[in-house]
Amino acid sequence: MGQFLQQIFNSISIGSIYALIALGYTMVYGIIRLINFAHASVYMLGAYIGYFAMTYFGLGFVPSILLAMLICMIVGVLIEKIAYKPLRNAARIAVLITAIGVSMFIEYGMMFLVKANVRSYPPMSGFLAKSFSVGAMTITAQQILILAVTIILMVVLQIVVKTTRTGKAMRAVSQDREAAELMGIDVNSTISFTFAIGSALAGAAGVLVGVYYNSINPLMGMLPGLKAFVAAVFGGIGLIPGAVLGGYFIGAVEVFVAGYGNSMYRDAVVFAILILVLILKPAGLLGKSGREKV
Amino acid sequence: MKKYLSVLLVLVLMTAALAGCSNAPSQPAASGDDAEEIKIGINYELSGGVATYGQANLEGIELAVEQINAAGGINGKKITLVTYDNKSDHAEATTLANRMMTQDGVLAAIGPATSGAFKATIPVAEKNQIPVVSGSATADDVTVDAQGLKEYAFRICFSDSYQGTAMADFALNTLNAKKAVIIMDSSSDYGKGLAKNFKEQFEKNGGTVVAEEAYVAKDTEFNAILTKVKGAEFDVIFIPGYYEEAGLIIKQARAQGIDAPVLGADGFDSPVLLELAGAEALNDVYFSNHYSSLDQDPLVLKFIEDFKAKYDKEPDAFNALGYDAMNFVADAVARAEKLDGTSIKDALASTENFAGVTGSFSIDENHNPVKSIVVIGLKNGVQDTISRTGE
Repeated sequence: MGQFLQQIFNSISIGSIYALIALGYTMVYGIIRLINFAHASVYMLGAYIGYFAMTYFGLGFVPSILLAMLICMIVGVLIEKIAYKPLRNAARIAVLITAIGVSMFIEYGMMFLVKANVRSYPPMSGFLAKSFSVGAMTITAQQILILAVTIILMVVLQIVVKTTRTGKAMRAVSQDREAAELMGIDVNSTISFTFAIGSALAGAAGVLVGVYYNSINPLMGMLPGLKAFVAAVFGGIGLIPGAVLGGYFIGAVEVFVAGYGNSMYRDAVVFAILILVLILKPAGLLGKSGREKV
Repeated sequence: MKKYLSVLLVLVLMTAALAGCSNAPSQPAASGDDAEEIKIGINYELSGGVATYGQANLEGIELAVEQINAAGGINGKKITLVTYDNKSDHAEATTLANRMMTQDGVLAAIGPATSGAFKATIPVAEKNQIPVVSGSATADDVTVDAQGLKEYAFRICFSDSYQGTAMADFALNTLNAKKAVIIMDSSSDYGKGLAKNFKEQFEKNGGTVVAEEAYVAKDTEFNAILTKVKGAEFDVIFIPGYYEEAGLIIKQARAQGIDAPVLGADGFDSPVLLELAGAEALNDVYFSNHYSSLDQDPLVLKFIEDFKAKYDKEPDAFNALGYDAMNFVADAVARAEKLDGTSIKDALASTENFAGVTGSFSIDENHNPVKSIVVIGLKNGVQDTISRTGE
């Protein structure tokens, strides 16, 4: 039983990371119907910004994560302005290929700048270095941190999307861009805003991963990015609650396959689930099937 | 007049250019008994993915050459190195081996550092009858494979499977362990070979492997595996893999409160292990290696002193292996009947009790060294204890 609870907690930690990244995928898809593959690279950038903030500027965790979120936000908006906006009326496949190109550009550009070797975050001190025993479980402060930061960010996101004018604009654009435009909504700035929020969440996830796993490299975004994408599709791409649900679900699948099955099949099972979902429920778990909005 | 001058100039230029073309092949680099110097080819990964291995090997080699030449060379002849960078690329390593053997006229070649690249140069060596020596190619099938012995290939490091066996002995005899857990890197031959040999030896001598888990390179999340493992009863964890993941596994294991001794092999040997795992987690961690700077052998002490004087840093295992590889070749060249590839090959094969800083060894019939292994114990992330086992 203790082991089971521990595995639950493990899956929540990893699931939080997937959920944070998946949110960026799903929001961007919701608004411009683009699978933004560069998103995983922004997550990697976040991890590096946090690393440099902590090691070279000696900043603490909170300023580092805020700085990473801010810079990722700017990078996300720039990516959209430079690479995607000129293609807004082009074929979808052209934008998709561009997204892959941007992703490769950032990852290998980063490899050129910071070298391919693995870097490790400075050791955490104070509260973040502690771990607690609850019954048979051992919970580290860093796991609590991941959960807490994820919950805070999701609550903030929910408030922004549901209650603010910009949030309303986002929802309107995602439902029908042309109609929204006719109603006087500034579509361009709404899209920029969506990229800004998504990228900030990815940046936060990057720093959390850096702190938790203590190991970052320029290609660290590839696999988590893919899995977060699977999570977004699983929950129903374009839907914010779907991304969160999908993130935690993928986290749980990974942990329980490794913990009770065979660790060799972990990634295979995750992608098998993607295929199954696409066959059985193409719109995702929470998605409404049958209606393709154009 | 001007016209004649320009024609003349063109003619002069053409002759010069043609002469340039024909020069290289018509003058095969001097080798053999009448050569004034002994040319040794260096074919290492000086850039690219595993550049640190190649660079470290080369530092050791250059130190050895400096010392040999300062002492008057080999039978009065100085050693010159023909150094090439194979960019951590197997095809490039083959091309360079060909070039140094057919054009530069080397008598023997050292490198590359990794097993795959080294194996790629062996067919070239066999064809040209020039011996190749690696200081660090540890894969099991480097010098002997299904087709038999590679006559011109030698290495001076023990094989991966030998490390697995030695660590099983260490667990059983030194740590008195009865039950082991293996968490293996299933994406490399290195990890799989080590795991297999550890398990065989451990179970043959009364131990039980209670759980076997696997991961692939670049994984960062091991909590699920570790939580599962934590539920089992065991005395040691064996992690056949490289420092990038091993560091994280150790960190996450210690954070979960698993404080059993952790064993590994030479893949642990990197300062990055300490950065990833943190000093607190690196207690009761043991790994096999070729060399330790804690060794009190006078030969090793002198090597460390000389190395520090030249490079202003502590030598690591790859520095030591490079140093030994060069001295091993020099020793054979000195004993060879004639200065040609075949005689040097015979001399290398008959090496007995060569005293190196990575331990003294003789070459067996498979062109592998028979040598002892060093097991290094870490305390708060620094090397604290060493023991030599096996022979």
